[in-house]
Amino acid sequence: MKEIAILGYQQSDSRSDAGAVNEVEMIMPVLERTFAQVGINNAQDVDFVCSGSCDYLQGAAFAFVAGVDALGAVPPIKESHVEMDAAWALHESMLKIRMGHADSALIYGFGKSSPGELPIVLSQQLDPYYLAPLWVDTISLAAMQARMMLDQGLITERDMAEVVSRSRRNAMNNPHAQLSGDVSVDDVLAQDTYVSPLRKGDCCPVSDGASAVVIATVEKAKEWGVPYALISGISHAIETHNMGMRDITDSVSTRIAAERAGMNAGKVDVAQLYAPFSHQEIILTRALGLGDETSINPSGGVLAGNLMMASGLSNIGEVFNRIVSGEAERGIAHATSGPCLQHNLVTVLETAEKA
Amino acid sequence: MSQPEILNQAFELGYTYTRSTGPVVGRFLTGLKNRKLVGIKASDGRVIVPPMEYDPDTAEELSEFVDVGEQGEIVTFAWVKEPREAHPMNEPFAWAMIKLDGADVPMIHCVAAKSEGHVTSGARVRAVWADETIGFMTDIRCFELV
Amino acid sequence: MSEEEQEMITKVEAPVYLKYNFTAGSAPTRFLAQIKNGVLAGQRCPKCLAVYIPTRGSCGRCGVPTVEEVELSDKATVQSFTIVSIPIPNNPIEPPFIIANVVPDGANVSFIHLMSECVNEDVHIGQRVQAVWKPEDEWGYSMDNIRYFKPLDEPDVPIELIGKLTVTGEEG
Repeated sequence: MKEIAILGYQQSDSRSDAGAVNEVEMIMPVLERTFAQVGINNAQDVDFVCSGSCDYLQGAAFAFVAGVDALGAVPPIKESHVEMDAAWALHESMLKIRMGHADSALIYGFGKSSPGELPIVLSQQLDPYYLAPLWVDTISLAAMQARMMLDQGLITERDMAEVVSRSRRNAMNNPHAQLSGDVSVDDVLAQDTYVSPLRKGDCCPVSDGASAVVIATVEKAKEWGVPYALISGISHAIETHNMGMRDITDSVSTRIAAERAGMNAGKVDVAQLYAPFSHQEIILTRALGLGDETSINPSGGVLAGNLMMASGLSNIGEVFNRIVSGEAERGIAHATSGPCLQHNLVTVLETAEKA
Repeated sequence: MSQPEILNQAFELGYTYTRSTGPVVGRFLTGLKNRKLVGIKASDGRVIVPPMEYDPDTAEELSEFVDVGEQGEIVTFAWVKEPREAHPMNEPFAWAMIKLDGADVPMIHCVAAKSEGHVTSGARVRAVWADETIGFMTDIRCFELV
Repeated sequence: MSEEEQEMITKVEAPVYLKYNFTAGSAPTRFLAQIKNGVLAGQRCPKCLAVYIPTRGSCGRCGVPTVEEVELSDKATVQSFTIVSIPIPNNPIEPPFIIANVVPDGANVSFIHLMSECVNEDVHIGQRVQAVWKPEDEWGYSMDNIRYFKPLDEPDVPIELIGKLTVTGEEG
């Protein structure tokens, strides 16, 4: 099987409101920087393109097709789309390469969540008979999950505030972050509750933005002569949509995905975990058995800016950045979808310098 | 190049779906219309409310319906200080996972309460029926503390 | 069949209404600002030089931003059309009427608009048309500042030249 590498990653600023910028105008600058990083002209220079987005976010039908106008798609290119975070578009692209149908791929994700009421829009991805008609929003679902953990003594509000404080401080080094600052645990705890037991700080912000990644076979990466990291494993797993039948204080599917992706075959220097709510970072850290040797969410994670349909891909890019810079040798990137960490994808990245 | 003003337009997207229920969801909703709650037995004997067509663990088709009580216990909850426009309640309320008497799997619905302090995990609640029941999830207007 | 089975629920009305605040993109905003002044403004691709209208901000062929604004004529050529014989819900226009793809002079792509003041059966590809505007005091940020396109008494444009005319209506 051909080894696959990641060669480039760029992200837009995470903004609470991208204003007049439409989807193609949001994607183009990110792709332009990605092409420049890898040394290619446009999407004509890769064998496959796959994107992740969700038209319901901005309520614009076929916004994902409008996004294709950012690619330079004449003459026609091989192109696909997932109505999911673009981390899953990267998964599809890896399968395409492994099947021998492509040697390189461009993956991008974008989300403009500001035009709608995101927690309510997302309520409509729930069971259409039993839950969607109640309009139970994503924040409330996460709040119930947090309460269950607090009640069972699995976490404290201080544990949650520590996650928020670390995110804000880490995000000070992330130029694209939406929320950052020298925020202490006590600062967070001083906030009033929002959807109790969650405080606003425990919840990711609503964000607009895009990110892009280029992957290729190692052969191709060497030909292009740019720094790269190896993608040594990728896997995803999903749990039942019936939240009452899940152990929502754990993330079984994340653990299964990580095992299948080969996370445990070596140390994990860095982990970018997609935790839209502070307590979910604790769930993920524990489910994966990560300890002090692992730097968790050095970018600030999605508490610092949650690009729906792109942040999972950005997590892969953030780990790539740290491996290529020599900061880390091996790391994992996590993406999630659905309420309370229902569906999870884990990617393992490693340095190409070894041996 | 000067940036022109931002042009906005509020709009509403409507998806006027009529959904087929299938026999299992249909049975539950028919129960609601008659102000009764029904669950279904999973492969391992656990009673799931509202009922599912299949067992999420074994993928086995499920068919053994079980009547459950209209009272139950709060497993966990979220307190909504500021209800959203789409929410089923206008006053502050709780979303809760509620394990009904005779059920093993909690269901999600809203709970009316005076304040957050009145709600606890473990508290007993009972279904409050809508004035007119039509066979829809909102036939249970909410749950209230017993 | 028991009484209970007879009244078994098999379908539910489950409408979903979602509210949004749509924002026109930067390029569409510029286009709409111009049409409010009675001007059809295209944008030119810096690479392939194609002129687009209405503008979305990129050249779909080249994948690059279209920045340069180009003022177009309100004279146009019919690239394609259809005669609509059924009423369209919420549309005040009575059938039969014509919807046409028209390419304004100076642009390389068509947009869709209505045709009127014409004999429907005589409408044809390559036909020259011109915009009929609403009174100026009714102009807003909208394509319907143009009521419709009407035929011009000018020679047809050969098919191979449709979408290639300059802003003055000459061969590009």
